Amino acid sequence: MARREIQEINAGSMADIAFLLLIFFLVSTTMDTDSGILTKLPPMPEETKDEQVDVKERNIFVVLVNRNDQLLVEGELMNIKDLREATKEFILNPNNDPNLPAKEIVEVDYFGPMEVTKKHVISIQNDRGTSYEMYIAVQNEISAAINELRDNLSMKKFGVKFEELTGDENEKKREAVEAIIPRNISEAEPKNVGG
Amino acid sequence: MSKFKKGGKKSVTGITTASLPDIIFMLLFFFMVTTVMREVDLKVYYSPATANQTKKLEDKALVSYIYIGKPLNKKVFGTVPRIQLNDSFAEPDEIRDFIAAKREGLQEVDRPKMTVSLKIDKKVEMGIVTDVKQELRKASALKINYSTNEGDPIKEISKH
Repeated sequence: MARREIQEINAGSMADIAFLLLIFFLVSTTMDTDSGILTKLPPMPEETKDEQVDVKERNIFVVLVNRNDQLLVEGELMNIKDLREATKEFILNPNNDPNLPAKEIVEVDYFGPMEVTKKHVISIQNDRGTSYEMYIAVQNEISAAINELRDNLSMKKFGVKFEELTGDENEKKREAVEAIIPRNISEAEPKNVGG
Repeated sequence: MSKFKKGGKKSVTGITTASLPDIIFMLLFFFMVTTVMREVDLKVYYSPATANQTKKLEDKALVSYIYIGKPLNKKVFGTVPRIQLNDSFAEPDEIRDFIAAKREGLQEVDRPKMTVSLKIDKKVEMGIVTDVKQELRKASALKINYSTNEGDPIKEISKH
């Protein structure tokens, strides 16, 4: 009997096979990470309860957007460029303006007693014809105002930006900053603002 | 003197390609690990709005996607913005079932963490978005994400 030689498998085409697989995965998968503005919707009100929350007029910051993407802020026409500063001024009320939200003295960890416009509400109302781009821009500017104020405060007190206050050990600090600059954004029940 | 002079023809040695499959396999595994399969075939036109106060979505398994935009196939479906769930067009009242199905597919502990990512074309009017938001509230899927590109929205708006 002749001894049979064990033939080696030709591995020359291995690279081609691997290339084929590689190209398949390149085509059929995506790498993009999804990022965007995270918000929380208010829960649906129960129908039996007709809730009327009493908020004083000076504590509400009304932002109306009409179908032509024009802004009406506190009854005045405004360019979107000025919205960020207007929001900051509303939240802080630096000059104790009687038309801006009332301040209350609140005892906060790390900071001690602070004057906070605790009961302010930012109310965004839009028309069904408002463009989505404008809506996102308004959301973005108001978030930016709040984030900048929080960053400033956090920078001054802790020396780091607010978003860098991460982890369990910084939770108290985060809560303190959030207590001084709360995020109270209300989106009205849908209705036609018109325009 | 002739230390550096070597006589004879120099033969060019071919580069060995024996390790090529290994290199390609390495690339393959890299892509397999870092990417995810495409979820759906887009049926609507989607060009995201821009914003700069964005956060990254952490866990892809917990995210469901809703697309809103003008249909790509204008001749068949017209130009009115439509909602796309999974691989087909849907009406707003189908969202509740969609959310329920997605929620069913998650582990019990993960259900409260479920996020709905709204991928909405920037030209869409708010009417349909409001309808979708109302349906999401009814389905108590309250954590939502407006998917955006990174950039300054004011610059984008003042362009037109």
